[in-house]
Amino acid sequence: MSAGPGQQQALLRQVLGWRVAAAVAWSVLLLPLCTAAFVVLSGIDPFHPLRWVSNSFNDLYTSYVIFCILLMSVVILVISIFNVEFYAVVPSIPCSRLALIGKIIHPQQVIHSVVHAVMGVLVAWCAAVMTKGKFQFLAVPCTSSESLDDAVPQVCLNEYHLFFLLSGAFMGYSYSLLYLVNNMNYLPFPIIQQYKYLRFRRSLPLLVKHSCVESLYLVRNFCIAYYFFGYIPRAWISTTMDLHIDSKLHPLDTLTGLLDLSLLYHAWLCGVFLLITWYITWLLFKIYATETHHFPVQPTFAEETDQCLPKILNSNPPLIIKFLALQDLMLLSQYSPVRRQEVFSLSQPGGHPHNWTAISKECLNLLSDLTQRLIAQQEAAAAANGRAKQPAGELKISPQTPGAIVTEDMSFQLQRSNVIPRAPMPSLVKSSLLPLKASPGSDVGTPFSSPILNCKAGILDLNSPWHGSVQSPHIMRRGPKLWTSNSDLQMNGSHQESFPVFSVVRAGSEAVQPSFIYTWLQNKQEQIKNFLSKRALIMYFFSKHPEASIQAVFSDAQMHIWALEGLSHLVAASFTEDQFGVVQTTLPAILNTLLTLQEVVDRHFKLPHVSSKPPRISGSLVDTSYKTLRFALRASLKTALYRIITVFGEHLNAVQVSTEHKKRLQQFLEYKE
Amino acid sequence: MCSLGLFPPPPPPGDITLYEFNNALVCGHLYETLPLAFQSQLADLPVLGLPKETLKAHSRLEHGTKPAFIHHRESLWKRCINAWRDVGVCGVLNEVANAEEEALQWVKTGSRYALAVCHWVSSLHGSLFPHLSVSFWGAGCTIRAFAWHPHTSKFAVALLDDSIRVYNTNSATIPTLKHRLQRNVAAMAWKPLCASILAVACQSCVLVWHLDPTSLSTRPSSGCAQVLSYPGHSPVTSLAWAPSGELLLSASPVDTAMLVWDVSTENCVQLPWFGGGGVTYLAWSPDGSKVLAATPSAVFRVWEAQMWTCERWPTIKGRCQTGCWSPDGSRLLFTVLGESVIYSLSFSEYRGEMQGQVGGSKTASIVADLSETTFETLYGEERIGGEVHSMAWDPSGERLAVIIRGNPDVPESPTVIAVFRTRNSPVFELLPCGFLRGEQGAQPQLIAFHPCFKKGALLTVCWSTGKISHIPFFFVSAQLPCFSPGRSPVAAMASASVREQPLFSEL
Repeated sequence: MSAGPGQQQALLRQVLGWRVAAAVAWSVLLLPLCTAAFVVLSGIDPFHPLRWVSNSFNDLYTSYVIFCILLMSVVILVISIFNVEFYAVVPSIPCSRLALIGKIIHPQQVIHSVVHAVMGVLVAWCAAVMTKGKFQFLAVPCTSSESLDDAVPQVCLNEYHLFFLLSGAFMGYSYSLLYLVNNMNYLPFPIIQQYKYLRFRRSLPLLVKHSCVESLYLVRNFCIAYYFFGYIPRAWISTTMDLHIDSKLHPLDTLTGLLDLSLLYHAWLCGVFLLITWYITWLLFKIYATETHHFPVQPTFAEETDQCLPKILNSNPPLIIKFLALQDLMLLSQYSPVRRQEVFSLSQPGGHPHNWTAISKECLNLLSDLTQRLIAQQEAAAAANGRAKQPAGELKISPQTPGAIVTEDMSFQLQRSNVIPRAPMPSLVKSSLLPLKASPGSDVGTPFSSPILNCKAGILDLNSPWHGSVQSPHIMRRGPKLWTSNSDLQMNGSHQESFPVFSVVRAGSEAVQPSFIYTWLQNKQEQIKNFLSKRALIMYFFSKHPEASIQAVFSDAQMHIWALEGLSHLVAASFTEDQFGVVQTTLPAILNTLLTLQEVVDRHFKLPHVSSKPPRISGSLVDTSYKTLRFALRASLKTALYRIITVFGEHLNAVQVSTEHKKRLQQFLEYKE
Repeated sequence: MCSLGLFPPPPPPGDITLYEFNNALVCGHLYETLPLAFQSQLADLPVLGLPKETLKAHSRLEHGTKPAFIHHRESLWKRCINAWRDVGVCGVLNEVANAEEEALQWVKTGSRYALAVCHWVSSLHGSLFPHLSVSFWGAGCTIRAFAWHPHTSKFAVALLDDSIRVYNTNSATIPTLKHRLQRNVAAMAWKPLCASILAVACQSCVLVWHLDPTSLSTRPSSGCAQVLSYPGHSPVTSLAWAPSGELLLSASPVDTAMLVWDVSTENCVQLPWFGGGGVTYLAWSPDGSKVLAATPSAVFRVWEAQMWTCERWPTIKGRCQTGCWSPDGSRLLFTVLGESVIYSLSFSEYRGEMQGQVGGSKTASIVADLSETTFETLYGEERIGGEVHSMAWDPSGERLAVIIRGNPDVPESPTVIAVFRTRNSPVFELLPCGFLRGEQGAQPQLIAFHPCFKKGALLTVCWSTGKISHIPFFFVSAQLPCFSPGRSPVAAMASASVREQPLFSEL
């Protein structure tokens, strides 16, 4: 059914290959322009403008400038290769500081950094050669200072050149580091479709400004570094290459040496040159890679079957292909009646709506996957907050967590009170949600509401014996969390009058038997964690940043946003365009999935630590849109629901959904959500 | 072509127009009620009177909390820093020039000269770029902006004191929106496909209010407002939501770039062009495919909303004053400052396959002549006609309301609302219907059609006296009966393209 990995690689190459080639070609073509600008600016001479202009135009044709352009093309090529190898449509967000450090010392990243540093040296060498003057060569002739009378011609180290090369390496390394820290390998898809040239032109001023400012900071940092450690590479180079140090000149790792205006200007200009050329390469790759791709809905020839939209969505292609396919789905559902007609069409022999089934199934799968992930995350958050927020805790904890109960009972027996057990995502939750995914057409209610009500009722009548009989503070504190499972409730319900504590223990021990070693290991793990968490330094590295972990949950939400938009536009269009009624069969499932997701997303935004407003995005070159994807998801989910509801209106009352969802739908129909 | 001469004579003075029935406008006195059959349709629509006196008109003159505190003299240096932070270089110069300190006489004279130069340069700016100096017509009246919610019976009114009130027919609470940044409100727009999100164009930013439709609070906190600002993009005077509800366009007459906002994430994309000044008027076609953007110079642009390319339309006489789209987005009616005609511009039907093409016809045609016409009535003669101030086309495409500004030099030529009957398919038709008259001395300021009135069309008029009245037009739509309660853009577009196909309604 699904295409083999070889075919998928071929598809990737077919879709992405020419884009990469075009991006590289354009960045190489833009290189002479950047070089010319660099040459003109590096020879700046405000007192003799005419000489300056004529000199710099003469310089442009010299052989070494042409050689530098060739060398720079190679550098651009290498940078492009790294861009292609490192790009990601789903950003990887380090949740703790340790994870960030782990990313930095990851071998892949080390290679990235080293290669970029070397490329930086090459660019700096080119810049030094093109700047001419005192920067051009590493070795310059000089006279030994001791004997002025018998001046022996010697070869001395040109520290300016060395400074340039080292600054290039430093900038290359910093670029690589910032590339990692700012997630610049993330490919953000634009909010509106525009032609590539317009997108490039729009970003260009921002790119130049960003490069200028960043280069300023980099030069400052490099000067500080050179001031302290500059003597090491100087001594090393001079000894290995047998060069003398010209003692008549100031060494550069002193204040007077560093405060050379011409040196600083040229170093800054070299940094700007390096950053602009590399950023242009990066920008062009980004623009080309995120351009829309037109996937056919129905294959015209038999061999094209693997490239058509339903097939791609249902197979498991490389992520970028999946993203492009979903983007194409969103666009076709919104703008193209002809292609929508193809989606709603029936297969020729047989009359099955294969296209629609495949597309809607994949979209619904994506959305229910997200629902499950969010539920799991909320459970984890609830488990972490169980103690801190008692009254709310009992409502937040999803009822189907027997696994969590097991650990807790064990911990209860062991009298460990200050450890927060991380409820491992129990497999039972998934299975309990499976009907949602497996039989979307059936009348499935929301997975929480009714059990939660049960749970609440159980706690209400259970609380009194608890508080009456048990005095232990640990148990008191854990009270609400023990009553989170349906089975537990029933079990306890029978015994509650007499021995509530015993029944709990027994229920726990019964459940523990099959996986005792597992729980023991878990306990040990918790204990070690507990021990370590008291050490402040380790805490510093291990502590999870709440914002980052939320971002990580929603890191691929762009897919879900497109799935939502595509699905809702298709359903809305089906009201008038769907001749065979193929959409009607899936409408209950779609509504169920959307409403469940809506419920979970609403719940997510009510969690503690979750801000309800997006952070301010400064209009900088570095795209941080992945940080706000969850807000976009929330908005487009609501819009998607309203889109379906405004079109179908009162007819939705005839759709089979659970009573909970019916109530919700009614609220949407009255525009009260 | 339709002209004002074909119109029935205006109603006698003292009467006001109540409703339209059987293709005729019915006039009467204010206390007369509607026929019983129609009363239920309008029972819950509030008719408002918002007289100017009740508003705290000078609230805008207070700059912060300064007057509440005892004056305290600081050193000149500190005051300069404060002025720099508040007003900029001019503030510093002003502060130095007016300083009472004895010393630094030459600094004071110097800064006085510099200030004079500053003033001269800024006056030069106005004379060099006349299109950048914006003035609002009718700036003195109580109501500055009006917006119907696209799906429910709910509207927002922006008042002179920069507060916004939201009226809902189904609830008695009237939320009043106030915000520190909500100054000089020029436009408002409700987000489509959403319960209650209102975008407000303010002096320095776009405020997006997230109102809870079930809340009973009358003063939503300013925490409910999202601030969308962009350097150089002020004052914002026009807004338009995409009918699909995902994007917001904002424009300023001073900024040459329009901004496309993704409101949920506060991301924006600039749509720049060169020359022609900023944008004075925005209108997104109801099917979501095109956007009209009028500039302060004699040119307007029609953007295609998929790939965001534009077609440039130079006009002969003046700038484009206002425009409105037919429901299927295939026809644009617009008017030009200095000419008393309505132009029509048709676009090829939107198919989605022609990416990056606007598809406009080669020339615009004149469909109505609104030049001054004299009507002989029993009560004397009346002269009606002139430039068009604004236009509104009802969502079913059957009625067009036009505010015709009279000749300002002639006192007896009033500002009136003319109503046309229109038909868009198979051929475009514009037929006269009649003039609307309000109370004595009241001039129409703003007009808007109710987005989902079932029995025809409902026009809301904001008068210069601060009164908001609703005038229903009862008719049976010639188009297919609309299934959906709110006309969704997709449905409208689809019904235009596949009209012959049978529709299903059974599930």
